[in-house]
Amino acid sequence: MAERSQLSHLIESFVDSSRSPTQQVEFTQYVRALQAASLDKIASLVKNDVLTMEGLVREMQMYLTTTDNIVRARGILSISYEVLDGMVVFLFLADWKALRGALVGCLALMRRKSSAGVITSTDAKAVAESFLQNLQVQSLGQHDRKLCFELLECLLERYPNTVTPMGDELIYGICEAVDSEKDPQCLMLTFHIVEVLVQLFPDTSGPFASFAGDLFEILSCYFPIHFTHPRGEDLGIKRDDLSQALMLAFSSTPLFEPFAIPLLLEKLSSSLPSAKLDSLKYLSSCTSNYGPERMAKHARAIWLSIKDALYTSLQEPTLSFTSESLDGLVFQENEIAKEALTLLQQVIMQNNGLFLSLIVEDEDINIILNTVPTYESYNDIPLQGKLKLFAAGCILSISTKTSVACCNMIFESFFPRLMEILGLSEKNLSGDHSPKDNYLISKRLNFGALYLSVELLAACRDLIAGSTQIACKSVSTYETSYCMLHSFSNLVTKAFCSTLVTSTHDADIYFGVKGLQILATFPGDVSPVPISEFENILITFMSIITVNFKKTLLWRLALKALMNIGSFIDRNNESEKILSYMPIVVEKIVSLVSLDDVTMPFPLKLEAISGIGTSGLNYMLHIIQGFEEALFANLSEIYVCITLNSSNFFFINNLTLLFGTKETRIHDNGVFEEVLLRFPINIWKQIESCVDFSVPEKELLDAMMTAMKHAVAFCSEESQNEIIQKAYNVLSSSTSFPLKESMALTIPFQLEGLQLTQKMDNLLCRNEWILSLFASVVIAVRPQTHIPNVKVILNLFITTLLKGHVPAAQALGSIVNKFGKSSTGSEISSDCTLEEALDIIFQLKLWTHQDNGALLRCSVNGSEMGHTDLCQAVVNNKLPQKLAITGLSWIGKGLLLRGHDKVKDVTMIFLECLLSNGNALPLSQHSLENSCEQDLRASVMKSAADAFRILMSDSEVCLNRKFHAIIRPLYKQRFFSTMMPILQPLIMKSDSLLSRSMLYRAFAHIISETPLVAVLGEAKKVSVKYLWQEAVVDNAHLVINCLTGLIAYPHMMLVRETAIQCLVAMSELPHARIYPMRIQVLQAISKALDDSRRAVRQEAVRCRQAWSVLDLSYLPLMLFYMCRFSFSCPVGINCIKKSSFLNDAAEIFRSWVLLAGQSFIVLFFGPITCLVSIVYETLGLAFRH
Amino acid sequence: MVSELINANPIVYEKKERRARSVPTAVEEYAVEPIDQQEVFDILSLQLFWYGLCTFKNPEHPYSLEELKEITEDAIEVDDQQSYVRVLCFRITFTPTVEHCSMATIIGVCLRVKLLRSLPSRYKVDIRVVPGSHASESAVNKQLNDKERVAAALENPNLVDMVDECLAPSYD
Repeated sequence: MAERSQLSHLIESFVDSSRSPTQQVEFTQYVRALQAASLDKIASLVKNDVLTMEGLVREMQMYLTTTDNIVRARGILSISYEVLDGMVVFLFLADWKALRGALVGCLALMRRKSSAGVITSTDAKAVAESFLQNLQVQSLGQHDRKLCFELLECLLERYPNTVTPMGDELIYGICEAVDSEKDPQCLMLTFHIVEVLVQLFPDTSGPFASFAGDLFEILSCYFPIHFTHPRGEDLGIKRDDLSQALMLAFSSTPLFEPFAIPLLLEKLSSSLPSAKLDSLKYLSSCTSNYGPERMAKHARAIWLSIKDALYTSLQEPTLSFTSESLDGLVFQENEIAKEALTLLQQVIMQNNGLFLSLIVEDEDINIILNTVPTYESYNDIPLQGKLKLFAAGCILSISTKTSVACCNMIFESFFPRLMEILGLSEKNLSGDHSPKDNYLISKRLNFGALYLSVELLAACRDLIAGSTQIACKSVSTYETSYCMLHSFSNLVTKAFCSTLVTSTHDADIYFGVKGLQILATFPGDVSPVPISEFENILITFMSIITVNFKKTLLWRLALKALMNIGSFIDRNNESEKILSYMPIVVEKIVSLVSLDDVTMPFPLKLEAISGIGTSGLNYMLHIIQGFEEALFANLSEIYVCITLNSSNFFFINNLTLLFGTKETRIHDNGVFEEVLLRFPINIWKQIESCVDFSVPEKELLDAMMTAMKHAVAFCSEESQNEIIQKAYNVLSSSTSFPLKESMALTIPFQLEGLQLTQKMDNLLCRNEWILSLFASVVIAVRPQTHIPNVKVILNLFITTLLKGHVPAAQALGSIVNKFGKSSTGSEISSDCTLEEALDIIFQLKLWTHQDNGALLRCSVNGSEMGHTDLCQAVVNNKLPQKLAITGLSWIGKGLLLRGHDKVKDVTMIFLECLLSNGNALPLSQHSLENSCEQDLRASVMKSAADAFRILMSDSEVCLNRKFHAIIRPLYKQRFFSTMMPILQPLIMKSDSLLSRSMLYRAFAHIISETPLVAVLGEAKKVSVKYLWQEAVVDNAHLVINCLTGLIAYPHMMLVRETAIQCLVAMSELPHARIYPMRIQVLQAISKALDDSRRAVRQEAVRCRQAWSVLDLSYLPLMLFYMCRFSFSCPVGINCIKKSSFLNDAAEIFRSWVLLAGQSFIVLFFGPITCLVSIVYETLGLAFRH
Repeated sequence: MVSELINANPIVYEKKERRARSVPTAVEEYAVEPIDQQEVFDILSLQLFWYGLCTFKNPEHPYSLEELKEITEDAIEVDDQQSYVRVLCFRITFTPTVEHCSMATIIGVCLRVKLLRSLPSRYKVDIRVVPGSHASESAVNKQLNDKERVAAALENPNLVDMVDECLAPSYD
């Protein structure tokens, strides 16, 4: 007893201390310490027979049962293992409370790596025996069952030699254990156990054979898997996993065959689609595992089931001939049909003689073939007939594809018959060629036969293409089919071609094109179709492309087929075919576009050319080359003879299109790069060599610039360097551009600038071309590209932008946007830093601004000058200011996009322009002068306000992702939230009517370009609300008067609707202010309730509700409506533009009403009401005319 | 209000698809869209198209009347033949969800007020209870279509509050 208490003490001390967290971390050391101290004592006790093993374990039992920690269990058991191997056996004798710990411990022991000491086979055997004797698995809980199955699995996998001799007992035990298991996780294990188990007893006469039936019975009740586990419990097991595991168990041994196949065939006739699908999958899996001998006796049954499954699964023929994909079966989406065909292929592959004879002799297929001739066209065939026909097509196609022998057999049995139905039988084929050539297909091809033969051809082609690596060898082996095809190819081609021309049925055309495509895509060296036939096919397709473009379907299918053929021969490097493809298709296509052929619609030409271009890189290069040649031939023509025909636009647009669509291919291809590089370089060469410029058409220049931008944008950095160098050379060699750095600053330049301004109108066309194209290059280059001599170019652009050259301004914006920053953000050294560049720009800009002030002063002081002269001076100097503002706005946009601080300076300049108060000017005595100046001032302010639009809006022509601009995320939101606090006080403080309205205009631009979410977020803030509300409250009666008038505005629904929406918003204003107007509003609204438009009535209902209750809060929405209104108003502009004599009215209309956000605010100010009435009348006028 | 719901667990039906709003083209600008069944139906069930939610609440339940099948489009008859003034017959035969529905009258009054506020003044509104759906059908019909009695009912501030609450747009 003393020993026992000592032992308890030892164990207890171990368990207790191991519970303390700090000690547990150092568990292994502790175990070692224990081994050193306690274990020796325990071991000696055991060795000296003082303590029996049972006694030890019994002593330890309470600790074993309390543990659910695997590590601890392993630790404890490891100790006990070292003490005595046999103890694991005992674990099972322990009562059920200890079971889980015991299982975990056993499992841990069993799974030990060999390095940690594997338990011996005797122990494993003992465990297995104990398991079989003591455990009632199905009476345990889910987790324990899982552990049991894991243990079993482990035993079977790791100790096969130990457990196999247990034979019947083991199998019986397992059957008992797995019977009626329901948990998905356990089932996964169960299925795997069965799979492993049968591998232990491969012998067909062994102990397993007698249990096969029982075991399968247990398994069979799970088929088909019906998985109802709630989705919420995420066990990581899906129906498919279970189904897969069960399938492996099913097909694990041929011994299951007598039970499994009948079951599967029976379930195949089930109406449940998933059951069908599973049956087919299982059958495929079983077929390959059970072997041909066992499967042979089921062959007929399987064949019938497959046929049945095919017939029933093909529902309504979803066959749409308009779908332009010419490849693939049309029923690909139908999973059951797909599985059935897979199974068919499987069984044919396993036993081709048997199955092929079944197919060839099959009654149904023969009946189908016999009935085919009775229906001439697709539409004649009844639905059932169509389904059967397609099913037969699938069956024949799959069996042909399976192997060469099958192909031969199917061709022998069916192909002559089909040819006969098509009227192409051997009788028509006399030995020599001449009658063949003269043979004309008089009647329409029979659809059914056409379809089936196309399917056969396709299958044969796939078979040959799939075996190209062994092609040379196997040509002889499928001689029958090959010869047959070879002898018929000419006739079949002819027949298909004639179908395309004569038939009007979609189905015929579809299969005709498909057939021709198949004939053309047999792999080169083993093709039964001679090259002359190939060329015939191409010619037929091309004639369709060029002539039959009115038959849309035929045209598209033909183009698709040509593309498929093109990409096929390009992929397989069939040099011979490429040689015929190039002249027949590619060159023809190119010439098609170069010719001024107006018969074929231009979009179709484009579609054809881009289609062919995309099907292969070689074709693309060829086409671009062809374009280039045509383009330059015509370009020089332009220079020489001024004739600009529409075809020039075609090329340029084409190039743009091609460059635009080919983005994906370009970056990884050197050849393409070269072509792309050549295009801009050639243009520059052309320009360099051409001195005599006639007046170029604006549109041509625009198109050329677009093409240039896209071409350059796609080029790599090196190519861009090359292009820009070339461009710079041309630019610098041109004498009309003074490329001097010295001209950068101050007054000399000012004079020069003025001189240049004078010369503006005389700017030579050639110079304009050079400059515009150079600007295009600069706009499109990558940030890394080195721009030579930046300072000089900056100066050049600055001078030209003052002449109203917008591309120059955009190029400046691009330069500052991309300056010194690679895409990775690292700085790039350059001969000029961004700061320097900005200094150059801003010095000049400030000059523009200050000088303008000076000029103004000058104009005021110099009243001794003649009136007209003075006005003239102002005109002359105001114009550049306007242009400078536009230019500055593009530069500002460049800065804004990259998030540079200087953008603040730019906006400050704009704001100063907006605030340069007209009233501050001393009033001149000369009214003429004054009004003239006022107008100019207004227009400058307007352009400053509009500059905000340029800043905020997305541009197509420059500074976007395509042209490699550096764009900081959320720049609009940031700018919006920066500008709002600045603009609001300005608007509120502004005394001048003009500048206030212009500030509102800028405000409206910013709001309408900012994402709506940001605007609404901001609008909720008190400050904005206050700003708007104050303005509205003060003038509530005026606003409401205007709005109630607008409700009846008869010419535009949008005006009425928006007016009502604004009234709804106004109902939120303080009751005291608006209550007096309530009756007025309700009266107006009651008329709107009877409006002719539903949308207006709906708004009226809402408005009336709001005003009769008067407690809603809508004001933030008012902003929203104003933005919306300003977006939808271009309609109005167009209406007015049509009546040309109303241009002036339209201008007012545009500036005061179309920007509704502005106009409605403007409405709120007393003195402006007269303007409103003008607008109001204008509206009426405009629509009356 | 009512301490216990009379029809505590109503069957809730799905709502119908709304017609999409379209921007008018130049030709459509002057076209006349007569008031039709669906529009009236929308007035009764859908006010704020951008909130996209039904507003006409059944006083007993937070569902809209449409969801409860209290009104269906088919139960509305509209005649908007001529645009000039003409006495038109407009009638809702509405179906209380349960017999002896004490709320039938209130729903009826709500419908009437709503239509009065939403339709042009030329319309005459007639609200009826479908025969056989209510225990005191004739009494309710009489009550609902008696102008004076409705006017008198609307003098009652409690009732007006309730009606306004029913008609207030919901923002959820």
